Amino acid sequence: MSESEMTVGIGHGPSMEASPFAIPSKKLAMWLFIMADAATFAAILFAYGFLREASPNWSTPFAFSPTILNGMIMTVVLLTSSLTALGGVQAAKAGNKSSCMRWLGATILLGIVFAVLHLREWFKMFDEGWRLFQNPTGGSAQFGAAFFSITGLHLLHVISGVVAIIIVALGYNRGRLDAGHVETTALYWHFVDLVWMFVFPLLYLMNAH
Amino acid sequence: MHDSSTQPVHHQMVEPTGFIRKHVFSLDHKVIGKQYYGLAFVAVLTGMLLSWLMRIHLAWPTVPIPLLDKLSPNGAPGGIITPEYYLSIMTMHATIMVFFVLTTAPFAAFGNFLLPIQVGAEDMAFPRFNMMSFWVTFVAFLVLVASFFVGDGPPLAGWTSYAPLSAVGAVAGPGQGTGQTLWAISIAIFCVGQLLGSLNFITTTLDLRTKGMSLARMPLSTWGWFITSVIGLLAFAVLLPACILLILDRTAGTSFFIPSGLVVNDQTLPHSGGSPLLWQHLFWFFGHPEVYIAILPGFGIISTILPAFARKTILGPRALLGSMISIGFLSYMVWGHHMFLSGMNPFSAILFSVPTLFITIPATISVLLWTGTIYGAKMRFTSASLFCIGFVSVFITGGLSGFFLAQPSIDTYLHATYFVVAHFHFVMAVAAMFGIFAGTYFWFPKMYGRMMNEALGKWHFWLTFVGVYCIFMPMHYLGLAGNVRRYASFTDNYLVPLIPVHKFISVAALITGAAQLLFFFNLFWSRFRGEKATDNPWEATTLEWSTTSPPPFDNFGGRHLVVYHGPEEYGVQGTAGDYVMQTSPEQIPPANAGKS
Repeated sequence: MSESEMTVGIGHGPSMEASPFAIPSKKLAMWLFIMADAATFAAILFAYGFLREASPNWSTPFAFSPTILNGMIMTVVLLTSSLTALGGVQAAKAGNKSSCMRWLGATILLGIVFAVLHLREWFKMFDEGWRLFQNPTGGSAQFGAAFFSITGLHLLHVISGVVAIIIVALGYNRGRLDAGHVETTALYWHFVDLVWMFVFPLLYLMNAH
Repeated sequence: MHDSSTQPVHHQMVEPTGFIRKHVFSLDHKVIGKQYYGLAFVAVLTGMLLSWLMRIHLAWPTVPIPLLDKLSPNGAPGGIITPEYYLSIMTMHATIMVFFVLTTAPFAAFGNFLLPIQVGAEDMAFPRFNMMSFWVTFVAFLVLVASFFVGDGPPLAGWTSYAPLSAVGAVAGPGQGTGQTLWAISIAIFCVGQLLGSLNFITTTLDLRTKGMSLARMPLSTWGWFITSVIGLLAFAVLLPACILLILDRTAGTSFFIPSGLVVNDQTLPHSGGSPLLWQHLFWFFGHPEVYIAILPGFGIISTILPAFARKTILGPRALLGSMISIGFLSYMVWGHHMFLSGMNPFSAILFSVPTLFITIPATISVLLWTGTIYGAKMRFTSASLFCIGFVSVFITGGLSGFFLAQPSIDTYLHATYFVVAHFHFVMAVAAMFGIFAGTYFWFPKMYGRMMNEALGKWHFWLTFVGVYCIFMPMHYLGLAGNVRRYASFTDNYLVPLIPVHKFISVAALITGAAQLLFFFNLFWSRFRGEKATDNPWEATTLEWSTTSPPPFDNFGGRHLVVYHGPEEYGVQGTAGDYVMQTSPEQIPPANAGKS
């Protein structure tokens, strides 16, 4: 932490006015990005709610098994990955490189498991005839549009998060990046997790029959 | 976000020597600011030419316009603009002006050049993001302009791109195929660029202030850019998914914004279940804050420039700052006032009307503080100060018509008439342009090290000032007479008597547009032949005047400035004259002290 603070402030810390937030610039920028991204998800979830309200024939196609069960497993996987990311940050702050790499490795693995479970479910739905613009159960076609675009946007965040963690883990291992980078990336990962805590109830649980 | 692009600034504090690194893909915020200014310059020329085409067509619909049939043989056969092409021109005029002039020039151009200097930093917090922000915006501009040269030409759905017209595709008419898709892509790219910029502005303001530059001592111009970037961060983050959903509707067969059973050009569309109202909500949730993204940098610029020429402390700097912040906050609660006639529940119209009228309170406070600053001042009348006063004038004029439009009962009649056109051109477009002009005359010496020609500047001001009133004032009467906007010609009985007014407006628009050539000439002439500027030609207090004109690569030549005062120390006894610079360690006699 202290090391990462030294990298901010253009190398003349004492000649600077203190930041109102006691965090490095990179971390502040990540918080700002998270705020903007939260607005993006809020907008698209608002659109979902709006369309759902406006559709008299909204579908609730999900059965407990396999869809909701699969979603619950995905939720557990993602929550666990947040925990392992936290372990990575703790290890990095303690300067324990090999421990950090193990924690981050577990996070990457769990992220990939989440994406695979998600895609497997998507492809099963494609086989049943679901499309962005098509509802095989005869209900509102908006279901596919909302479901695939929102979960797709989230999946995109998961995949880019996995890629980011891989890059940061490699950089940290080589000593090119520091604990601050690990922490900032973990911040993003927690946000992706948090968004899922909205997506899962709104798009899965509310659409279970 | 975790690669070397977030490395702190000291990595690039060695000035690059290659042309590409120095002038094209530069990391220097000053170069990026000038690049944004250049982009806005090209965009404003394009937008102005388009407005000329519209005004010529409205006043003399049968007169062929030379070369136009070469650009678009279908849109202007024989040089006569078709009604559809008129709408395309209008759409492009508005999109270019709102996004690529009113957002880029006052915010991105001046903000980039001046914000780091005004807080005493050597560069932005993330120079690589900054460079990306400009080039992403540049690509967005190219994509938008490309729509002139593809398929049936540019889109015709207006800068608001209301669905379902914008969503159904080529079946809806010329320009609604490839052109409209390019529009949506361009704006989505633009959002990314502005998000990068906003992130950078906020971090720089909070983290890179030099010793003594507390938040309370920041100039109001810095505050203006800072508040604007906070608004932009959340507004563009909503427009981005809206554009993506629109693109999905257009290319992937979804129906987010397209209702069931829609018949367009005798074809029943396969779409079902969407809501055009949803687009309006998403768009205006961005669109109203966007209006303040255009005007708040102007607030800051005016509040910084005016005291330098009034030679006295700005009246109530804290109240002015509070007004700017509350305008930024309220900007998110009023988007529905654009939608009174959209079919939205009438009760929500009242809900949006009330906070809209609340906005008039901080806006009025700001205007009174500016006029109070001028009152009793020994004004130095320069081009910059004239444009500041002009800003206050057009902002009041445009603000007054806002009172009427904010009320659903009156708006029911005035909605989508020329009254609205007059309102937003005064309060947003012309006011923001006057802010840009004031900023240009004021900071040109700092940007290029040469003074602009004052005589030309004053001619430019008076012609423009009188010109914009001649153009937009009569539009209020047109609106009250029921003249609907976006009509390509006036053939109805009740509109025919209004044609002379339109001719007057067109002549005024041509003359006022031509007057801008004075400004363009002044820019280029002064760039090379202008009188050499001293470090502080206006005897101003803020940090950019504590360095050379133009500033060196690292802004202060390796010095780390220390700030001792707020930016409002005019009309006091200082060693340099009747002002004390922010960096001057001298004590101000208590009787004279401003609010530092």
